[in-house]
Amino acid sequence: MSSSSSSSKGGNGGGFNFDHHLRNQWITACLQGNADASTTDPVPNYARHARKTGTTIAGVQYVGGVVLGADTRATEDTVVADKNCEKIHYLASNMYCCGAGTAADTEATTRLIASQLELHRQAVGRARVPVVAAVNMLKRHLFRYQGYVSAALVLGGVDEWHGPSLYTIYPHGSVDQLPYVSMGSGSLAAMAVFEAGWREQLSEADARQLVYEAITAGIENDLGSGSNVDLCVIKDGGRTVEYLRGYAQEQVRTYRKPDGYAFPKGTTAVLAEDFRKYVQVRKVVSDL
Amino acid sequence: MDRPLSHSSFLPPLFSSAPHPLSPPHSVPHPSAAPSVNAAERPARWSPYQDNGGTVVALAGRDYAIVAADTRFSVSFSIPTREFTKITQLTDRVVLASAGMGADRQYLHKMLHTRLAMYRHQHQRDMSLPAAAQMLSNTLYSRRFFPIYAFNVLGGIDSATGEGFVYGYDAIGSHEQLKVVCSGSGQAIVQPVLDQQFSGRQRYSVPDAERAPSLTLEQATALVRDAFASATERDIHTGDALEMWQITAAGVRQTRYELRKD
Repeated sequence: MSSSSSSSKGGNGGGFNFDHHLRNQWITACLQGNADASTTDPVPNYARHARKTGTTIAGVQYVGGVVLGADTRATEDTVVADKNCEKIHYLASNMYCCGAGTAADTEATTRLIASQLELHRQAVGRARVPVVAAVNMLKRHLFRYQGYVSAALVLGGVDEWHGPSLYTIYPHGSVDQLPYVSMGSGSLAAMAVFEAGWREQLSEADARQLVYEAITAGIENDLGSGSNVDLCVIKDGGRTVEYLRGYAQEQVRTYRKPDGYAFPKGTTAVLAEDFRKYVQVRKVVSDL
Repeated sequence: MDRPLSHSSFLPPLFSSAPHPLSPPHSVPHPSAAPSVNAAERPARWSPYQDNGGTVVALAGRDYAIVAADTRFSVSFSIPTREFTKITQLTDRVVLASAGMGADRQYLHKMLHTRLAMYRHQHQRDMSLPAAAQMLSNTLYSRRFFPIYAFNVLGGIDSATGEGFVYGYDAIGSHEQLKVVCSGSGQAIVQPVLDQQFSGRQRYSVPDAERAPSLTLEQATALVRDAFASATERDIHTGDALEMWQITAAGVRQTRYELRKD
């Protein structure tokens, strides 16, 4: 089926719709400054203005559950946009998901799938949904959008079928299932800690400590990551979740001017003054 | 020429994403045209320049000057070192701080020290503050068409009166004598605050004669420390530690303060 006929038939015949391919290429060329600016309209670079969670996220499986971790810095280019954002998202009562990439994409995607998971749970009439169900929904969503939904995810959960499980899902829709994982711009720093410190049959305390150290490595050594460490422990067959917001807050401002800043009256020019004693409020009744 | 002349028209193609004014007209990619090879598919061209981040500040009062810089050296999203000084002392009364590229900064500082030594040998005295300021400009302008990628602030005291002055530069030697200046990756965060606090601008109720309040050395030091703490909060390329040089008639004093490391 050709790309144009799929759209003329309403696009329900299956397969992809490439209608916007050439347009997107042209926009890309404009964004990269290849199009002649004197003859083409300047296209705002939305992608560059989007808030990214240049991020360190990681997770470790242990005997009774999983530990997820994330830093709390959000950046817009080289500026820190949020010093304490939340990157560990709720998916279901037994599943949480760390997100790296464009903040809007990670938030929208996890909210969408969280909603679908709850509907699915009610449809099948069980207390919990298996983690693989969430993995499938997420990867199908990301694959459908061919990497344009830039969400790199670390998904952890516990269910009665497979016990504790940990996955990474890449923006193009590929999936890994591993005992220790990391994602985001600080993933190399975090993985270095895992490769040095991970061993089989970790206790919960050791798993927490390892994830904390991995996220701290990202916070200190990756400029896209910073501020605090958030942790989330899912255990007890998915019945217990400990969401530890602000588990470690070690990076703090080093100085503040003791006398602060005072702005005397008149700092902003007063051009005119106009005082009214009161304002009349009338009730307007519409005859609609 | 059908295009209006702008500043960027005079820059060599290295520094401008726009086509060079002398290059042949580009073909215009259009949605209906066959997809052409775009920049993403072309191999990236090597660049002689690198931005190693960092913020530098210089400010001057009636009898002192302060030159300050953070010590972070970054490349993109990583930190090769947290202890890379951006400041060099030129004479007993003149101190220079440079943001921009680390290699170019080291080259420039070495070049300036050589020229200062030659001046000392010829004239049997140290260069004055205005002379050092002009020499820095000349050194930068000598590389007009392959610039040194360093953004300098120079601070010192006048050898005769003891009054503090600072100078701000662009990469190719344009400079100006000022009372407060900031450069580097945190410039957009720090400069407006220093302007308001130090120069008393934006305070319309203040008579012109009283515009420049004289901060004491202690007040100015607190202001600079606060400015760097703030820049470190929001600029990912600024941090680790603050080096501050205070220049007075008594001599120069160097102090170090810690900053956030994330």
